[in-house]
Amino acid sequence: MAHTVDARGFSCPQPVILTRNAIKAGDFPIEVLVETVTSRENVRRAAEKLGCTVQVEEMRDEFKLTLTK
Amino acid sequence: MSEKLTRFFASRPGIILAGAVIGVLAPLLQYAGNPKNMGICVACFERDIAGALGLHRAAVVQYVRPEIVGFVLGATIAALLFREFKARAGSTPIVRFVLGVFAMIGALAFLGCPWRALLRLSAGDLNAVVGLIGLAAGIFVGVQFLKAGYNLGRSHNTYVAVGWIMPVMMVGLLLLLIFRVKASGTGALFFSESGPGSQHAFWLISLGAGLAIGFLAQRTRFCTMGSIRDVLLMGDTHLISGLGALVVVAVVTNLILRQFGTPAFFGQPVAHSSHLWNFLGMALAGLAFALAGGCPGRQLFLAGEGDGDAAVFVLGMITGAGLAHNFALAGSPDNAAEGIVGGISIYGMAAVVLGLVVCVLIGFTMRQKMEV
Repeated sequence: MAHTVDARGFSCPQPVILTRNAIKAGDFPIEVLVETVTSRENVRRAAEKLGCTVQVEEMRDEFKLTLTK
Repeated sequence: MSEKLTRFFASRPGIILAGAVIGVLAPLLQYAGNPKNMGICVACFERDIAGALGLHRAAVVQYVRPEIVGFVLGATIAALLFREFKARAGSTPIVRFVLGVFAMIGALAFLGCPWRALLRLSAGDLNAVVGLIGLAAGIFVGVQFLKAGYNLGRSHNTYVAVGWIMPVMMVGLLLLLIFRVKASGTGALFFSESGPGSQHAFWLISLGAGLAIGFLAQRTRFCTMGSIRDVLLMGDTHLISGLGALVVVAVVTNLILRQFGTPAFFGQPVAHSSHLWNFLGMALAGLAFALAGGCPGRQLFLAGEGDGDAAVFVLGMITGAGLAHNFALAGSPDNAAEGIVGGISIYGMAAVVLGLVVCVLIGFTMRQKMEV
């Protein structure tokens, strides 16, 4: 059961803050839901910087990023 | 192809390119007629628009600045081309409005937004150093609130028409400018006959530069406040490499165009050397931008890609400009000829302090325990 971070509707930097908190908690895999390409790229960059592997899945109007370590 | 371009613009070379382009275009706009050290200033130019519409009657700062129109519409074009135009709204708009008002009051106490602070620095105005330290201090306070769970709540996807309101308003402004609409002999539009408002590049040049910057900034998410925030919040230097590029390239361009003045505090163009209020004015602006999630430029680009909340922030800034000049809150430049140091009025000081208090209250009261 993946740990889910629902960052939909939040603007920067909230999606990144929430993702970082989840990474620190260390409960992998983590699924991050975001709505904008900006948030997708910001979360991807932040997660990769913290050593995670990021997979992106586009679903209708939003993105699901799966973070593993 | 589109995805590849998106990844490029999201990369470090992408943001450096955006900063460099702004660093070239802003001094060139000054060369083409814009006021000194004000090739681009989002706060000043929104203030000039407020003046042109008659929202304030400071005769020297009234002009419909096509750069602002270009910023919004350039972002709209980029967002449409890359399928990122997304109408969204509903994240505490009234708070964003208030933050916009005080951001403008703070910026006008300093006489410039973060963009102009960088351009002033790039032309030898040392007051910009004080302003930028103030800006960073304000953002630092904002970051503490962010760490403590401050946020403005979620926005929601909404009707496409909502996202189009700001772009359409900008087209309207442009039409008013092109046709030089004059409602009556003494009515709006107002155009300055002297002072900064009378100094401007030919409108097509301004619009073209604005469109180019709006396009690039939408793709790269260029943001002056975000640059400093990301460093303070998580040691991320991605965005700030764009700021560095802007300053380096602007210095070189200013040197080539012979626009680089003698580095000094006193008597700089459209600037005052009242250090405390340069610092506090920009601290207020920085805090308000940090709480609102973007610098004034970024708010325009977001408004261009359909963010109705960013659009409300922009309207707050334009309203704040009206208030700032009607209540004599804005800074007065140094008078170099008579050796008089400028600064802000007692009302301006009160407004800056009030703004800081309001922003801190917003930061303290709008926190939620973030569940991860």
